Amino acid sequence: MSEKAVMKEQKSLKSYSAAVFRQKLFRNIVCILFCIISLLPFVMMIMNATRTSSEIQQGISLLPSGNFIENWKNLMLKQSGMQLTMGRAMMNSLIIAVPGTFCAVYFSAMTAYGIHVYDFKGRKLAWAFIMGIMMIPNQISIIGFYQFMMKLNMLDNYLPLILPCIAAPTVVFFMKQYMESSLSIEMIEAARIDGAGEFRIFNTIIMPLMKPALATQAIFQFIAQWNNLFTPSILLSNDSKKTLPLFVQMLTSDQFKVDFGVVYMGLFATVIPLIIAYLLLSRYIVAGVSLGGVKG
Amino acid sequence: MKGKKRHKTVEYGKYGYFFIAPFFIAYLIFQLWPLITTFYYSTLMYTKRNLVETVEFGGLQNFINMLGLTAGERGYALIYLKNTLIMWAGNFIPQIIVSLLLAAWLSDSKIKLKATGAYKIIIYLPSVITAASVSVLFNAMFSQYGPITKTLCNIGIISSDFDFMRSVPGTRGLISLILFWMWYGNTTLLLISGVLGIDPSIYEAADIDGANTKQKFFRITLPLLKPILMYVLITSAIGGLQMYDIPALFNRSKTGYIGLPDDTSTTLTMYIMRLYSSDVGKAAAVSVFLFIITLIISLIFFATMGDKDARKLKREQKKRRKAGM
Repeated sequence: MSEKAVMKEQKSLKSYSAAVFRQKLFRNIVCILFCIISLLPFVMMIMNATRTSSEIQQGISLLPSGNFIENWKNLMLKQSGMQLTMGRAMMNSLIIAVPGTFCAVYFSAMTAYGIHVYDFKGRKLAWAFIMGIMMIPNQISIIGFYQFMMKLNMLDNYLPLILPCIAAPTVVFFMKQYMESSLSIEMIEAARIDGAGEFRIFNTIIMPLMKPALATQAIFQFIAQWNNLFTPSILLSNDSKKTLPLFVQMLTSDQFKVDFGVVYMGLFATVIPLIIAYLLLSRYIVAGVSLGGVKG
Repeated sequence: MKGKKRHKTVEYGKYGYFFIAPFFIAYLIFQLWPLITTFYYSTLMYTKRNLVETVEFGGLQNFINMLGLTAGERGYALIYLKNTLIMWAGNFIPQIIVSLLLAAWLSDSKIKLKATGAYKIIIYLPSVITAASVSVLFNAMFSQYGPITKTLCNIGIISSDFDFMRSVPGTRGLISLILFWMWYGNTTLLLISGVLGIDPSIYEAADIDGANTKQKFFRITLPLLKPILMYVLITSAIGGLQMYDIPALFNRSKTGYIGLPDDTSTTLTMYIMRLYSSDVGKAAAVSVFLFIITLIISLIFFATMGDKDARKLKREQKKRRKAGM
C-alpha cells in the first residue's frame, strides 16, 4: 500500500469519527432538551410551592423562595374545615388501590394459569374472549354500572371500585405471555406426583415463580388505581370517602385558588410521593413498559 | 412424550374452569351486565316535569336527539366528538414523530448514547403522575395570572391581554400539549422495544449494501415497525376518545361539565358525566355511541394485525427456504 493511500484512509477515518462525534453531540443535546421539557413543569411546581402568591404571579423563576413552610401551614389551615383532607384522601386512595391491585394481579395470574396449563372445553374460546374485550374501556358501561350499584345500594362504597379489578384482561394477557416463556408443565407434574393439590401448586409453586411479572404488573395496576378519577367521581359523593384525584379537583375551587402558593403546595404534596416512588422503581417500570406495553 | 403430556392435561382439565371462574364472574357482573343494561337504558326517554320523572320507551330517539337530527336539539355528541378528535390529533401527530425520532436514536447501536437509561427514565416520568394533578398544574401555570403567561407576556411573545383560557386554540392547544407531554415517553419506550425486536442482520446486510442512516430508517425500521405503530395508534385513539381527566380539570366552567371557552374543550366523557344523573337515557346513548366508535377502531386494528401475521408467516417461509438452500 502506498503512503498516499494510507494517509487518505486515515483521513477518511478521522472525518468519519468526527461526524459520529458531531452526530452524537447533536443527539445528546436534543435528548437533554426533551428531558428538560419533561422535568421543567415539576421543577416549576416545586419552586412555586416555596413562593408567595404575588411572587408567583410575577413570572417564571427557577430559584426557591422562603415561603415553603408558610404555604404548607396555609394549606393545612384551608383544608382543616373540610371533610376531605389531603391525608384522608391519600388514605382512601390506598384503601382502594392496595386491594384493587392485589385482585388484579392475583386473579389475572390465576386466569392465565387456568388457560395456559389446563386443557378444557372452551379454553380457546375463553382466551379469544379475553383478547376481544381487552380493547373495551370501562367508561363505556359506566351508566349501567352506576344504575346497578345504585340499586344494590353500593354507592359511596369501595367494593364497586375494588372488585371489578378481578377482571383485568390486559394483565391476564401479560401473565400468559410470561407463563409461555418461563413455566414448564413438567414441574407441575412433578408437584402432582408429590401429592400437591392443584390450588396448592398454584399458590406455593407457581406464584413465587411469577414474582417478576407480578411485581411489574402490580406497579402498573397500582399507578392506574391511584390516579383514577372518572369512576370514583361518579360513584363517590360523600366528601369524606373521596380519593386523592378528587382532592386535587378541589384545589381548583375558589377556596384554594385565591392563594397560588397553596395550590402549588397542594400539587407538590400530591405529586412528590409519586415521583419518589417512581424514581425508586423506575428500572422495573421502564423494563415493564418495554415488555408489556400496557398503558396506564 | 408429547402424547403422554396431552393425556395428563386432559385428566386435570376440569380445574381450568375453577381457575378462570373468578375472572368471568367478575367480568359478567361488573362489566358485561352493565354494558348490556347501558344499551337498554339508551332506548329510554327520561323527562322531568314538575319534579316528577317519567320514563318511557323511545327507541332510537335518544340517538336521533344526540346527533342533532331533531328540531330544537343540538347535536352535542358530534360537537364533542369533534372537540375530542381535534385535541387528540393535536397531541398524537407530534407525539409519534418525536417518539419515532427518539426511539431510533436511543436504540441506535452504531452511535450509542451513554445516558440512554437516564433519558428513558426521565421522559417516562410524566405518564405515571396523576393526570388530575398535571392538569391543575398546567392550568395554574398558564392561567391569566400564571407564571408562564406572565413571562411570555413580558418577553413579548403574547400580548398583555391574551388569556389562554379564553382562547379556543389556546385551550385546545394546551390540552394537546399536556397529552403529548404525558405520553410521548411511553410511546418512545414502546417503539424502542419494537426497534430492538428487528433482526439486526437486516441492518448488517443494508450496511454491506451501502445504505445510509436515512435509507435504513425509512426502508427498514419504519416498515418493520408498522405493527407496533398500529398498536400505538389504536391504543392512543381509544384512550383519546375516553379523554376525561385533563380537559375536565383544565378549563372547566364552575357550573358544570362544560369545557371553556364556549364549550370547545368539552369531550364525550365529560358529556356523559354531565348527563349521568339527570338524563340517564341520553347518557347511555352517548356511551353506546362511544362503544360503536371504539369497536370500529378495534376492528381496524384486528384487520391490520391479520396482515402482520400473514407477513410473519411469509418471512418464516422465506427463512426456511433460505435454510433449505
